[in-house]
Amino acid sequence: MRIGIDVGGTNTDAILMDGNQVMATYKSPTTANVTDGIVSALYGLLNQTRVSRAQVQGVMIGTTHFTNAVVERQRLERTACIRLGLPATTSLPPFSDWPDELLTAIDGTGYLAHGGHEFDGRVITPIDEAEIHRIAEDIQARGIRCVAISSVFSPVNADFEDRAGAIVKAVIPDARVTLSHTIGRIGLLERENAAIMNSCLSRLAEKTVQGFRTALADMQFTAPLYISQNDGTLISAEFAQTYPVLTFASGPTNSMRGAAFLTGLRDAIVIDVGGTTTDIGVLQHGFPRPSGLTSAVGGVRTNFRMPDVESIGLGGGTIVRVEPFRVGPQSVGYELTTRARVFGGDTLTTTDVIVAAGRAEIGDKSAVAGLDQGLVRCVFDRIEAMINQTVDQVKTSAEPIPAVLVGGGSILIQRDIAGISEIVRPPHFAVANAIGAAIAQVGGELERIFSLAETSREQALELARQEAVARAVTAGAARNTVEIVEIEEVPLAYLPGSATRIRVKAVGDLGA
Amino acid sequence: MWEVTLDDTQALALGAGVLGTGGGGNTYIGRIWLERELRLSGKGCRIVDADELADDALAVGIGSMGAPTVGVEKLDAREEYLPIVRALGQHVGKPIDALVIGEIGGANSLIPLIAGLQLGLPVVDGDGMGRAFPELQMDNFSITGISTSPFGLGDSHGNTVIFQRVDSPFRAEQYGRALTIEMGGSAALAMPTMTGRQMKASLIRGTLSLTRRLGHALLDARRRSADPAEVVARLANGRVLFRGKITDVRRETVRGFARGHLKIAGFGESGELMEIVFQNEHLIAWHNGDVVCTVPDLVSILNLDDGEPIGTEMLRYGLRVAVIGMPAPRELKTPAALRLVGPAAFGYDVPFVPMPGHLL
Repeated sequence: MRIGIDVGGTNTDAILMDGNQVMATYKSPTTANVTDGIVSALYGLLNQTRVSRAQVQGVMIGTTHFTNAVVERQRLERTACIRLGLPATTSLPPFSDWPDELLTAIDGTGYLAHGGHEFDGRVITPIDEAEIHRIAEDIQARGIRCVAISSVFSPVNADFEDRAGAIVKAVIPDARVTLSHTIGRIGLLERENAAIMNSCLSRLAEKTVQGFRTALADMQFTAPLYISQNDGTLISAEFAQTYPVLTFASGPTNSMRGAAFLTGLRDAIVIDVGGTTTDIGVLQHGFPRPSGLTSAVGGVRTNFRMPDVESIGLGGGTIVRVEPFRVGPQSVGYELTTRARVFGGDTLTTTDVIVAAGRAEIGDKSAVAGLDQGLVRCVFDRIEAMINQTVDQVKTSAEPIPAVLVGGGSILIQRDIAGISEIVRPPHFAVANAIGAAIAQVGGELERIFSLAETSREQALELARQEAVARAVTAGAARNTVEIVEIEEVPLAYLPGSATRIRVKAVGDLGA
Repeated sequence: MWEVTLDDTQALALGAGVLGTGGGGNTYIGRIWLERELRLSGKGCRIVDADELADDALAVGIGSMGAPTVGVEKLDAREEYLPIVRALGQHVGKPIDALVIGEIGGANSLIPLIAGLQLGLPVVDGDGMGRAFPELQMDNFSITGISTSPFGLGDSHGNTVIFQRVDSPFRAEQYGRALTIEMGGSAALAMPTMTGRQMKASLIRGTLSLTRRLGHALLDARRRSADPAEVVARLANGRVLFRGKITDVRRETVRGFARGHLKIAGFGESGELMEIVFQNEHLIAWHNGDVVCTVPDLVSILNLDDGEPIGTEMLRYGLRVAVIGMPAPRELKTPAALRLVGPAAFGYDVPFVPMPGHLL
């Protein structure tokens, strides 16, 4: 049996599953201290069933906590970045093109040092250990403990990053070091940015993951704890604590995977209506369509593969203004249960309108009994227009395809949607994201430039496959369930010897 | 004379992406580097008309040679382009008066502006290609017989190599390519070295202004929620060839060049199909089997919603795009030019059927 928990900005959703069977679900408001919300969700699940704690084999948590920290520029650590590549790369030092407020929030300090490799593995300049030592002492003297290290072409050869990391840890014993090759792909600025963001989140990650652990331990759960990452696969709690940046965008991914699971649909539009926003994305072969281009997180450019999702300011807590007429984008968020009219508040929200229209039984419907039915129609018209436009934007063809409605706010959608063949509202739609976390697999990925002059294409692919599988197994996958789900080969223009960038991703079921 | 300021960088990067026709390298790095240099210098970058230069002035084309993938990983040294420009001046025995953009399409359009700011030299409004091309000999300077030598290549260490005499542009491409690989797959290129008179006769004029206009129009279209593809096509005397969704991308590497084939299906039940072949840049577009645009005319692919130009390395299944055809500048359509940059030069047995009009 598995427990999936999704800690969103508004709600903490939880689900208990036995194989493919949903045993219990529980929804509660997210608390300022996320751990409390998780504890109440766990109690909520156990109280509904006779399942004992010992029967739970894994607890999977998806959280937007780390993304939100970057977006809100809150709870971040002061961070330094050491880049190895001199004399190259001085055109754009670390932290180039970062938003000022974020740069200030982490007191970003960049250092350039010798080192780095060429595309074919030759050395640009040898690493200068004394230089790294001096830089580490300077970082130490400034009282900075979080350090990101990048080196040119480290995805081809990671040796210099490893050595620089060892020196920094020797000089600053309590340093939290992130090496760029462990999280990113080719593209120095984007990979370095991801490493820096990871570093500045490291303390928060330790605290948060430790909080999750304590919550489980206090409740006498012994099952291992997993965290979902951006591609919908799981990583161990230890790994997430070291690489919090990998959890970015796991929320939309989980709800889309949950939607695929609940409906059995592999190609569909998924409309996830939460308390504050609606995320609309596309399922392709059962997985979210990834955005191909670089994606920005909190204004910082990274080259993570995020699900390609359009977000609009529409949810169950969205504020409705009458004069002048407006629906959103402001929302009462987690205060819905105190500020909405049906809960005795004085703010008119989309939830009030749904209740006034007689489409849902929530709170005290007499509080909205007098609402003008013309206004109700206007709100439905506006919602219809917002949904139609965004669905049209994400669709990859004009051909009608099914849409899956998930999320607690999806009762807002009461009308047909243009270009959609059928609207599916699966059971447990309100906790699809928690289901996505509960059913997730574990994965491993490898990306490297191979010279096909020295290795045959088949050998290179085989090597890449083996390494990806090994990484999936290290991450906790049962070896006999691991399969290769993605192979990408991009020949590099203008380089000899048929240099080719190969990326292989393997996923498998969690081992017992 | 006019100046490139911080208000223009975004527009220039977008416009250069449009004229890059899928190649020429990503303009993001170039844009933020140019922004940094503009902030550091506190001044704009001086752009002059070709006629503002004296006939006996010395002008040098510059740009980056090599693999775009290397360019996004091994970023340039801040002064990557200075040693080679200075070395060429010393070699010729005269200081250099102005920089020329070798290739307006893609990242190479911004590099001369950065070097111009650092060296205090003006940049001439125009370039050698009016677009992006994969090889050195494919520019109007070579086409009109301006000697490729002397030319120079430099690396991030400040090493400079001057090729004193090279007997043909093809050999310059060959030797230059070999050295670029040794220099790490990407190098600073200074070529050609020419007099003001030669430059005025061979430059494809006004392409930097056009780049800026295209970019500003695209940004404006976004603000007004107008159709960006239509706006761009009109400004460049071209037309929107197709709108649809990419349904297939096949790639292979042939002698270091990334070749590929692309299919775009029209929206709805129309059954309309566009096929495009590319070799670093998009070369030929077929609509339902008929050739509708061939090199040297420009085939550009823009993201359907926001008009963001899409490089060949970004092409992937499912992207919704608009394809724009734009007529080449007249200089690329002479018989001599077509031998070097027509469909046959890329190995395609397709006649060049020009789009009406000229790029500018």
